[in-house]
Amino acid sequence: MSSRRGNSLWADARWSLRRNRAAMTAMTIMAIVCVLVLLAPLLSSYEFDSTDWDRISAPPSFATGHWFGTDDVGRDLFVRTLYGGRISLLVGVAATLVSLVIGIAWGATAGYVGGRTDQLMMRTVDVMYAMPFMFFVILLMVFFGRNILLIFVAVGAVNWLDMARIVRGQTLSLKKKEFIEAARAGGVSNFNIVRRHIVPNLLGVVIIYVTLTIPQVILVESFLSFLGLGVQEPMTSWGALVNDGAQAMESAPWALIFPALFLALTLFCFNFLGDGLRDALDPRDRRTS
Amino acid sequence: MLSFAFRRFLSAIPTLLILIALAFALIRVAPGGPFDTEKQLPPEIEARLNEAYHLDEPLYQQFGRYLLGLAQGDFGPSFQYKDFTVTELIAAGFPVSLKLGGLAMLLALLAGISIGTLAALRQNSQTDHVAMAAAMTGISIPNFVLAPLLVLLFAVTLRWLPAGGLGDGGIANLVLPVISLALPQIAYISRLTRGSMIEVLRSDFIRTARAQGLPGREVILGHALKPAMLPIVSYLGPATAGIITGSVVIEQIFGVPGLGRYFVQGALNRDYTLVMGVVVFYGVLIIVFNFLVDLAYRWLDPRVKL
Repeated sequence: MSSRRGNSLWADARWSLRRNRAAMTAMTIMAIVCVLVLLAPLLSSYEFDSTDWDRISAPPSFATGHWFGTDDVGRDLFVRTLYGGRISLLVGVAATLVSLVIGIAWGATAGYVGGRTDQLMMRTVDVMYAMPFMFFVILLMVFFGRNILLIFVAVGAVNWLDMARIVRGQTLSLKKKEFIEAARAGGVSNFNIVRRHIVPNLLGVVIIYVTLTIPQVILVESFLSFLGLGVQEPMTSWGALVNDGAQAMESAPWALIFPALFLALTLFCFNFLGDGLRDALDPRDRRTS
Repeated sequence: MLSFAFRRFLSAIPTLLILIALAFALIRVAPGGPFDTEKQLPPEIEARLNEAYHLDEPLYQQFGRYLLGLAQGDFGPSFQYKDFTVTELIAAGFPVSLKLGGLAMLLALLAGISIGTLAALRQNSQTDHVAMAAAMTGISIPNFVLAPLLVLLFAVTLRWLPAGGLGDGGIANLVLPVISLALPQIAYISRLTRGSMIEVLRSDFIRTARAQGLPGREVILGHALKPAMLPIVSYLGPATAGIITGSVVIEQIFGVPGLGRYFVQGALNRDYTLVMGVVVFYGVLIIVFNFLVDLAYRWLDPRVKL
């Protein structure tokens, strides 16, 4: 495979992604959300954990500067929503990285080594697939305290199964290519073949699955926070905010609606982008033609 | 077929054992005991409690005892609900969860397959785009976000439906929880159906059927539907797992006294046996269900060799 053809694959992908209006819109909205979340402290004069004693459970208002209103202890919901977004996105990206590393290592090894090892490794994946994994994450959170680091590890450690399967499949077909054979004939060690030749060629598939895994992870974190098992006060995440909002929704519906909107919008954009990337990078899986 | 069923059944056993062992190990290595309270218990009482619940035995012995009990349908005593065994708690909670989940699954299949088929028949039309955008929205909005929003709209603002509880067990109380539970699955199933239906509609045997002048209705219902359902059948396993997981929050939100609620309460109270009972119970359920799905798949698609 010459580098020229490699280029044209990516150029092709870029071209078809640009033409996909839904995916481009999704990317724009995601960029806006990311900028908002990063610039959170600069956008409002309120702190995320300080109370405005005069305005408790106040509705959204431009005059007071509480654009999304305040919660039942008078904290500004605009700032809290953005800070919650920091945690949600951070967990999404970090836990996805954990699952990425495990999944690629596992899948590439199984696919490259093959034989018994492959069977054993993939059988393990099958067994883990059959586990009620959400229940195990809940158990982990309950028993080992509720810190963010554990969320990354717990979610990442149970979310790598899809990645491992896909990577293995790709590796199996890559293994038979001439350039791998050439590398082996040239005396490159197995480890280096996997590292330098197999893994970089998995990039396309991996990118698609990263975009699809991030929203899944954000969802899991929100789920945990919603049950009260995720991040702890005064820090917050979108899931925790939705939970707080749901409890106060009869008197203060804005506390539910804004975080819910941000959470849904972000997940929506990631899913749309993932779909667009799949169409762009993986012609075989094109469902609509 | 029979030997396939048998082999498939055998391969489910190690999965089951690993599930039980994992749950057991996780709970035993966890810090904090079931009798941790604000007040320190006198050591002799704690020793007595540990003895009564066999917590003083070596781990392998406890595990053996647990397995033996499980084989007889005995999940052990609950540590928090002192007068009940876990088996009794599961027996109380599961029918409620089953009703909720079963209805949600039924709704998801009916609505998902209809929407997906409709979208496939009018591929790239306005209907198709709207249906698929709606499905994407359904996938993106988690049900714990959707449920409070539905309550806000239909129970708080419009006052058409009750906001929670089971009331007298009537349908009105079930509408919102069932819909909240089913919507994400409707979205997945309609996307799957659309994809596979489009593929099937392009195949030769459909073209032949059409060429022979069979009415469109008959082509779809009589010929295309069965092969198009294969991916849906294999999705039933994950769908069940999704509905079970979803029921944990949905039961919490709507105050439905099902198994999911016991699980969350048990987890928060470190009720070892209850939590483990629920995990094992649902794990077994999912494994058995996957087994049945595999059989059904094999029956529907004779080409499959496993």
